[in-house]
Amino acid sequence: MKSGSNVEVYLPSELGFEKVALSTAASMATLMGFSADRVEDLKTAVAEACINAIEHGNRLNDMLSVSIVLSTTDDQLEIKVLDHGAGVSKHPESPDIDRKMHGDEDPRGMGMFLIQALVDEAEWYQGPPGKSFVRLVIRLDKENK
Amino acid sequence: MQAATKVTERTATAASGSPVTILAFAGDIASTSKDAMMDAYHGVDASVSKVLLDFTGVDYINSSGIAIIIQMLLEASKAGGRTIAIFGLTPHFNKVFTMVGVAKYASMSPDEPTALATL
Repeated sequence: MKSGSNVEVYLPSELGFEKVALSTAASMATLMGFSADRVEDLKTAVAEACINAIEHGNRLNDMLSVSIVLSTTDDQLEIKVLDHGAGVSKHPESPDIDRKMHGDEDPRGMGMFLIQALVDEAEWYQGPPGKSFVRLVIRLDKENK
Repeated sequence: MQAATKVTERTATAASGSPVTILAFAGDIASTSKDAMMDAYHGVDASVSKVLLDFTGVDYINSSGIAIIIQMLLEASKAGGRTIAIFGLTPHFNKVFTMVGVAKYASMSPDEPTALATL
């Protein structure tokens, strides 16, 4: 795949369509030479980013879409997931399974933790409507580490 | 848009001789799976103390789906005396379940015979 290739995908704000984005990301990562286990990590991270955008950013509003911009360089794949929300202002916290099992913490709320844990870079940016996004990066130089 | 979650129930016997109910899932495990999964779990006879969750037929699980499994574990813990174990996850989801701590409350095995041997 040529360095500098860009692909854009637009999703309706309906749960389930995140699978379109993860399939696209998986195809690009595979073409770039990422290993199967890294592609699986990326699929989960992209799915969680899109779910957050659909549910929390666009609040399931079917008039709004989620944009996914996938960009390649020689050694990395960058994925931006943009929505119409205000963006994320706080850093993800690690889920506490003991608190969840005691009913002291919502069983949900693991998406941002998984995103951060499964890719090489994850950053959240706040912006005007349609411009808030999460940026994910996986790098080929991490393949053998 | 999510692929519907199908749940089938079957019985087996653990290595210890105890009866085991196996709930086998197929399709997506996501927020839309909650009714199918929890209804199946609530349908398990109250006298059954060992439940196995079979994910062999599942290839997509997201964090909302994992939350449903945590809810199941929480209910089993509150009821007392019921053990839930898991098998059939892909290596990737085995890793993800471990990362979020599910492995602390449910043993995870690669296949049904191994899972039955642990109960």
